[in-house]
Amino acid sequence: MWQNFISELNRTMHEIVGSLGRFLPRFFEMLTLIVIGWIVAYVLRAVVRSALRLTRFDKLSAHTGATPLLRGAALPSPTEIVSRFVFWVAWLGFILVGVSALGIVGLEEHVSSFFGFLPRLFAGLFILFFGLLAASFFSRAVLLSGVNAELPSPRLISWAVRTMIILFVVSMAFEELGIGSHTVIVAFALTFGSLMLGFALAFGLGGKDLARKYLERKFGREQPPTEPSHEHEDELSPL
Amino acid sequence: MPSETSILSDEFIRELINVGEVDILVGVPTYNDGRTVGQVVQAVRGGLLQYFPRERAVIINADGGSRDGTQDLVRAASISDLSVAQDVHALRTLHSISTRYDGGPSSGIALRTILAAADLLQAKACALVAPDSTTLEPNWVESLLRPLLRDGRDLVLPVYRRHKFEGLLIRNLVYPMTRAIYKCPVREPYPTDFAFSGVLGSRFLGQDIWSQDQGLHGTELWLALSAIVERCKVTQSFLGTKTRSETAPADLVNAMRESAGVMFASLEANFAALSSSLEPLEAPCSGCQTTVSLEHSRLNRKRLHQMFAFGVSELEPVFMSILSPPVHDELRRLAKLPEERFSYPEDLWVRTVYEFAAAYHKAVIGRDHIVQALVPLFRGRAFTFLTENRDASAEEVEANIESLCKTFERERPFLLEAWNGRK
Repeated sequence: MWQNFISELNRTMHEIVGSLGRFLPRFFEMLTLIVIGWIVAYVLRAVVRSALRLTRFDKLSAHTGATPLLRGAALPSPTEIVSRFVFWVAWLGFILVGVSALGIVGLEEHVSSFFGFLPRLFAGLFILFFGLLAASFFSRAVLLSGVNAELPSPRLISWAVRTMIILFVVSMAFEELGIGSHTVIVAFALTFGSLMLGFALAFGLGGKDLARKYLERKFGREQPPTEPSHEHEDELSPL
Repeated sequence: MPSETSILSDEFIRELINVGEVDILVGVPTYNDGRTVGQVVQAVRGGLLQYFPRERAVIINADGGSRDGTQDLVRAASISDLSVAQDVHALRTLHSISTRYDGGPSSGIALRTILAAADLLQAKACALVAPDSTTLEPNWVESLLRPLLRDGRDLVLPVYRRHKFEGLLIRNLVYPMTRAIYKCPVREPYPTDFAFSGVLGSRFLGQDIWSQDQGLHGTELWLALSAIVERCKVTQSFLGTKTRSETAPADLVNAMRESAGVMFASLEANFAALSSSLEPLEAPCSGCQTTVSLEHSRLNRKRLHQMFAFGVSELEPVFMSILSPPVHDELRRLAKLPEERFSYPEDLWVRTVYEFAAAYHKAVIGRDHIVQALVPLFRGRAFTFLTENRDASAEEVEANIESLCKTFERERPFLLEAWNGRK
């Protein structure tokens, strides 16, 4: 009996040592990958940071309205955030590759799905960034045109344009990421549709007299010209 | 020159080849100017026959696709009897050609077409006249061309007698800024009637602007400023009264793009040369007289004030990107003042313009948006100009413009500071 116990113990010890012998190289492989990953991520962060500074990314982000938002939340500059994001994505990638090297069953699937998700994440962020840029540009263009054309409430119109574009962009980005895509699209369609209906009603009710006059002038009887209510004024002569 | 002649149609080149080399070329850019162009072309013909009978001359009409028969009217005026000078005859054939350019209407494309024709014909002197210059007299042609042919000048810019409330953007921004920054006191840096030597015309044509904004609109201002930067021999000729065309565009946004926008772009391109110790450039004026006339005007000042106040309040987020806090705060204070107490002082206007120029350089927001944002502020300045000069004599108006020019000159260091500053 004692003999059996000793042989079982020996076998178990051999198995443990064998397992350790198989595990330790993988573990060191993982550690090496993590260290190399950190170095690569660090270099990548430096490269991205320099490239963004060269291309004046902060200024571009200021146009999207992102910079004041970040400043208000006491967050670092957009350049810093993007370069840190790249660092963590790169390092996390290496960490996951290292973990998968351990050969733990079921983990490989998660790792590969993470790498499959990365292009969609970048595409989503790309859409979001340029969408915000477009929202800022077009809302400002509408604001300036509205002020110079003496339209009533140009800021409200500008805000509406900005909101619509942002809604559209966010729904596109979420669809790209695959997060609640149907809900977001339905929400966007509802918001956009109700806004358009609101505008149509507002313009229709507000401009019905104008439309009637136009149609009468175009297709109806000729109206006698009305007397001008005030003296003709000169236009400003700028040039 | 394949690149320059490629914009000319085969038919037009054929007509130019039939003309051969010329001494003088007069260009008339048109677009739906049927009401006035006949009179203008006849006056130009009269001027050429009367003052330059021995020179080989051609009139080139570059049309942007008129639908009112402008080209037919030009051709008819070219062969009709002269009412201005019945007793004068050219010693050489006076040619007239009308061509239609593609991509129009655009003053820049028309100008490029005329420049390319002048280059092909090796014209010694080239003049451009506006098709709506109804007060154009034959002696304008002489006043524009003589300094080139007789005195060897490079560029002749006009001086007009205009109503005191006309050309407000020129008087309140373009002229004073040209004088202060380019150090050249030309009264009409954005001319509609002007002349240049053939050599300078070829240099204009060789500029790399024709596919850019300044090659389409405001091109005359850009070219005049580039000649001033190059320190060409500039002179001014008093032409007479210039009345405002009834069809003149009153769109202030486009006027701002063509004037302030082009001026800021020129500053951006030439700032290194302009910020150094630039010697003043003389621009003597031949036959200059008082430039201000005083007829009654019915401009609505109240509306200008309202639009200024509305613009300052609505465009606050835009101004925060462009203006420094002190200037912005001062504008906000002004916008709250009632009409009778409102005044946009010279120094604040100058600082505003200089900060806009610096913001344009730094592209703090889209550059076209910066130029558009200046429009409501200009309305405030125009209100003050109208108020200050409502009952002023011609001399007093001149004195006020001179005072504004001096302020632009005095505040020049402010521009340098804003240009190089962080904001």
